[in-house]
Parts: sequence; structure tokens; C-alpha cells
Amino acid sequence: MVWSWIPQNWTLIWQYTLDNALLGLVPPLIGLIIAVPAGIACVARRWLYAPVLSLTSAIYALPSLALFVVLIDYTGLGNLTVIIPLSLFSLCILIPAVVDGLRGVDDSVRQAATAMGFTQLRRLVQVELPLAVPVIIAGMRVAVVSSISLASVGQLIGVSSLGYFFIDGLQRSFPTEIYVGIALTIALALICDLILVSVRVVLTPWTRGRRAQARPFVVPVPPPVGAR
Amino acid sequence: MFASSSTLKRGAALGLAVAASLALAACGSSSPSKSNNPLGASSAKGTVVIGSANFPENELLAQIYSTALTAKGVKVTDKFNIGSREVYYPEIKKGAVSIIPEYNGTLLTVSVSPSSTASTTAQVNAALTAGLPSTMEILNSAPAQDSDSVTVTQAFAKAHNLTSIADLKSIAGTMVFGGPPEFPTRSDGLKGLQKTYGLTFKSFDPLDESGPITLAALTSGKVQAADVFTTTPQIISDHLVSLTDPKFNFAAQNVTPLVYKPAMTSTITDTLNAISAKLTTAALLQIDTAVIVNHDSYQAVATGWLKANGLPY
Amino acid sequence: MGFLTFAVDWLKSPQQWSGPDGIPIRVLQHLEYTVLSLLIAAAIALPIGMLIGHVNRGGFAAINTANVWRAIPTLGLLILMVVLLGFSPLTWLIPLVVLAIPAILVNTYEGIAGVDPDLKDAARGMGMTQWQVLWRVEVPVAVPLIMLGLRTAAIFVVATATIAAEIGLGGLGRYIIDGLAANNYGEVAGGAAVIVVLALAVQVIFVGLRRLVVPAGLREQVRASR
Repeated sequence: MVWSWIPQNWTLIWQYTLDNALLGLVPPLIGLIIAVPAGIACVARRWLYAPVLSLTSAIYALPSLALFVVLIDYTGLGNLTVIIPLSLFSLCILIPAVVDGLRGVDDSVRQAATAMGFTQLRRLVQVELPLAVPVIIAGMRVAVVSSISLASVGQLIGVSSLGYFFIDGLQRSFPTEIYVGIALTIALALICDLILVSVRVVLTPWTRGRRAQARPFVVPVPPPVGAR
Repeated sequence: MFASSSTLKRGAALGLAVAASLALAACGSSSPSKSNNPLGASSAKGTVVIGSANFPENELLAQIYSTALTAKGVKVTDKFNIGSREVYYPEIKKGAVSIIPEYNGTLLTVSVSPSSTASTTAQVNAALTAGLPSTMEILNSAPAQDSDSVTVTQAFAKAHNLTSIADLKSIAGTMVFGGPPEFPTRSDGLKGLQKTYGLTFKSFDPLDESGPITLAALTSGKVQAADVFTTTPQIISDHLVSLTDPKFNFAAQNVTPLVYKPAMTSTITDTLNAISAKLTTAALLQIDTAVIVNHDSYQAVATGWLKANGLPY
Repeated sequence: MGFLTFAVDWLKSPQQWSGPDGIPIRVLQHLEYTVLSLLIAAAIALPIGMLIGHVNRGGFAAINTANVWRAIPTLGLLILMVVLLGFSPLTWLIPLVVLAIPAILVNTYEGIAGVDPDLKDAARGMGMTQWQVLWRVEVPVAVPLIMLGLRTAAIFVVATATIAAEIGLGGLGRYIIDGLAANNYGEVAGGAAVIVVLALAVQVIFVGLRRLVVPAGLREQVRASR
């Protein structure tokens, strides 16, 4: 491990880390924007959920590299070719998260809101969604960590990310680069994970001060533990 | 229990703003450094996109061009490690990439004129100048050459008394050949070897661009012969033997800048020609060793070489 | 649709279906990587998952380690292995097994630990030994989640085996890597199409397995709880 390589190549390292962060953060956000309305629809119309779940399970099973190359014909060799499939994968994680979050709201709470005169929309926005936030954020954590780590596969079609250090390290038989690339990917993912946990704490003031949940949040359906 | 609607609204607005700005940054990147989308980078006169193929020597050469041109005040965008020639050639043709360090021989037979029999530097360059599309041209060739080869281990060469590729005729059928994945379809690749020397190998193993996978396959015996680029430092350290090519299956392979004409200015062409004049095969092997064996950074080696040769850095 | 035309044209050609680079051989290689890794990962993760689930200790550690695991870039790990180990079966076995373990481990733990404590109580009350409680009560109830863990690990392993072509291995990823190198989009598209079919087929197999292995009563229960 050649430690001096790191300060010598700092600008390069920083640049690729930023590139990777972009590719890792935009897809979950896109996924969330689509998943929230989609999840709401699946809760409102129960029959929708099963087919949607089958579709997302099928998409989630597809190797990322295969999806990237399918898109080359339509979006060329740029960032979009990586962002679109990663957004789809995020969607596959987030729709179940939204649905489970909403369904997890205690019925008595819903009824209390209705009794207080909340319209359906207001109840959704002011009661159900906020209560679903912990589960949705749990899903976001999985989506963000997976996207950050999957982004490096994009390097195989020339889309810039920390994957550059893997490819260059391979070509020059230079393990230092590879170690640094792996370490930075994990570090970036964990930092984003921590940020999301803080976001959850901020957005759900009613969970502060109580005895913390015994079990950390784990999204029940998909998501695979482990990058793909 | 009910979250205040203003907190939520603020949160939602912030989230949307973050998402929107990230999305815009991702899709429409036109920053001058390391832009991912060459079509997004400006292709106005005087601004150039320097590309490279996906192996270290080519990235190093592209870095040399980039450092020198930037020193001369040219606006440069780097797009290195695009892929093999089959991938980046169309990009230069349409101007999405403006400069790439090329090797004249394979450029000619792969992308311009597959049936050409030109073999010397002069012949190859003449054929290129005649055959390249109107938007592209080659600048001066450097003396330095890095060509494909048919390389075997020293032990294998001794055992079968091999000095030239022609000596493989009788044993090719028992050998596995390894090389870059595009080698079978190239006209100087497996096809060329069969046409020029009558060689038909037992099978082909797709490996990498003369990198550690190819070298490991060769030294471990996974393949008996491989396409190892002639300036690969490990040829010396791993005691490999590149067989001679008396019938010129592989033509001259001088390092030659391939450029997109409309993006060129005299500053650019003069600088690149000055670089080519100083680039010898020995120099190329030396800087390759620095980058591949010593793991020095591309930028440091490029700057060092330019400085040592009195070129802009 | 451009992609489909490319893929179909390439798949139609008979030379894709024979020889050492033919689709049948590549599919077999891909399955070899997948099945072997899954078996080894399961052999390691199932016992450990069952143990920590049964005693209900170490779950927190397991789940949080799993979070870190999810962050590991598979391409990086594969490349690291080939640079350190060269050509050996361990080069692909280690990354595939190591990355498949968390999914199986966490889901097995969740399944066993999540069994209704009343059930466990009743079993102990009936005089069952720890071993019997595990095998006769906990494991059967946990089977749906265990199957989910295996299925999830399978998704992951099939996908990583695709990338393994980058380090000179075989499998269906070869068509993508080689096709990209030769700018032969037909090969790339055809390869991607076959990979998609294989990935979906593996999922279908797991759905079928689930039907076989999970008792009907549990299947209903899980569906109702959704």
C-alpha cells in the first residue's frame, strides 16, 4: 500500500469522489419522487400493489451492466445511461418502503384524524406520510448506499466514478488505487447513511426522547443486502 | 404527533431544490474539467476535447498532450479511457472528441482501409492522409512505435525454436492465443495472422489490453502466445519474447495525433508536432515503466517528461 | 426499437449457439459461478443465522455489518482479487461468497428471531429440547424469510457474475465486455438480452421453490400480512 499516492493524486481522487457522489445521490432522489405517489396509489387501490411488486421484483433482478448497455442505444455514453437504471433500482426499493410505511400507520391514528375533521388529503400529508417517514428513510438508506456502490460499474462503459481507480489499478497492477477506491466508496456510502439517519431524527421529533426502538429499521421486502 | 405542516413544506421544498440542482448538474455538465458528456463540452474553435483509449500508455500520451496544450493557454477537456478504437473513432469523426494519440498502422487497417498493405511509416501515413474522412487528419508521427505483437515466454520460444511468427505454423493448432477482446475481428488480428502466415490457433482467450491479465495468462501458461504491446515494460521483466514479423502483418505503429480538423489552430498543431518530434521509442518505454511499474501518477510523469524535453508544461 | 433489433439479429445467427464462445457454454459458466457461490454462502450463513436467531443475540451487529457490506463495490472487490490472487477459482469465489453471505445471514436471523415467542414458549412447554425447538418450530416458520434471503443472494450473485468478465472470466458478461471492445452493439445487445432472461429465470425458479418448500398455511399468512 503506497500511502504517498493519496496526497499526490488528491485532485483526481476528489474529482472522482464527486462524480460518484452525484451518480449515487440523484437516482434515489428520482426514485423517491416517483415512489411516493406510486406508493400512495398502491395503498389507495389495493389491487395495484401485487402487479407493481412483481414488476419491480423483476427489474430489481436484472444486472446493472445489462441495463446500462441496453440504454446506450438511447442515451449514449453519458451520465444518464447510468442514472436511469439506478433510479429504477431505487424505485424498486422505495415503492415497498412507502407502501409499508403508510400501511404501518396505526388505524386508530387515522380514525382520530378523520374524527378531527381532516380531509383525506390533509390526513395523508399531515399524518400518514410523516408517520411513514422512518420506514421511507430506511428505504432511502438502502437505495443511497446501493446506488453509490453500483455507480462504479458505470466505469465499464466509460461513465466517470470511483470505478476509475479499479480499472486503472487493474491495468497497472496497482493495489493501492483499488484499496483507496473501495475505501472511499464505503466511506461515501456510510457518510450518506449517517446523514439520512440524522434527517430522520430531525423530521420525526416525536421519536426523540422515547426509548429508542429495539431493532434498527429493516425494510421487509426486497432489498438485497449487498451491492450488485 | 401531527407534524407541523410548515416544517414539512420546508423540508419538501428543500428536498426538491436539492434534487433539481443535482439532476441538472448530472445531465448538463459543461464544466471545463473532466466533463462526462463530450457533446456538452464546447467544440468551438480553439477548445479541444482530448480523448484516450482504455490502456495506461494511451492515457499517459493524452495527458502529455493535455498538459502541454493547457500550458499554451488552450481550453482543454479531458475524456480519457473511452474504450477501444472501435468505440472512440466515431466520436472523433463527428467532433465529439478533438484529439487522440493514435498508432498509424492499426488506425489505417482498423478504421480507414482494412485491405491496405502499407507497411512503412511513410506508406502508412500517405494512405491515411488519402483515406481519412474530410473532418479528420493526422499530424506528424513521432519516431516512437508501440505495436501489437505475437509474444511468447522465453521457455516456449526455446522449446520450439521460435524467432519469427512464421515459425508458429506447425504448432499453432495446439496453441491458445490470448489478447484484447477486439483482436479476433481486427484485420491484422487473428484474421491477419491467418492470411499472412497461415496460422489457425486452437482457440482465442479474450483478456485485456496487454495488461496484467494478459501477462498473467501468458506467464502461467493459460495461453501459449499473446498480443503484448511492444512497449509493455513487463516484456523485459517477465522475460518474454516478441516474435519478429518479417511479412509485416503488423504495419508501422508510430504514435501519431489524430485530430478533428475544424477544432485545430496553429498553436495546437505546432505544440503537438513539437511533442511528437521528441518522442522516441526509448522515451516511451521509459515513461511507460514509470507509470505502469513504478505507479507514478500520469500527471507527474507527463509534466516531468515535457519539462525534461524543453516543451511547455 | 434499436436495442431489440440488434439483439434479435445477433441471437438469430447460429454461430452464437456453438463453440467455446457460444451461448450454451457461457450460460453454463455463469450458472457454475452462481450455484457454487450460493451453496458455499448458504453453508456458511444459514447455520450462523440460525444460531444468532435462536439465541437472539448479535442481531444488531449482524444487521449493521450488513449495512456496511451493501456499500462494498463489487467491481472493486473482483479486481482486487485478480490483482492479488491472479487466476484461481478463489478469485471469483471469494467475492461472490463474501457478498452473498449478508443477505442470507440477515434474513435467516430475522426469520428465526421473529418467530412468535408464544410458539417457542409452547414448544418448550411441551418438553422440546433447544434443538427440537429450532428444527421443528423456528426453522419451518422462518422458511419464507430464509427463502427470501437465498433469492436475494441469488439476484446479487447473478449480477456480479456478469461483471466478472472484466477480470478475464467467462460467463454471459463476456458478450457485453467483448462487444463493447469491438464496438459490436449486436453482441452487446444479444448478451444483455440473454442475461435478462437468465436473471428472470433464476427468479422464477425461486418462486417455484418457494411454492414447494413453504407450507401453504405460511404462504397465506405472509400474503395476508402484506
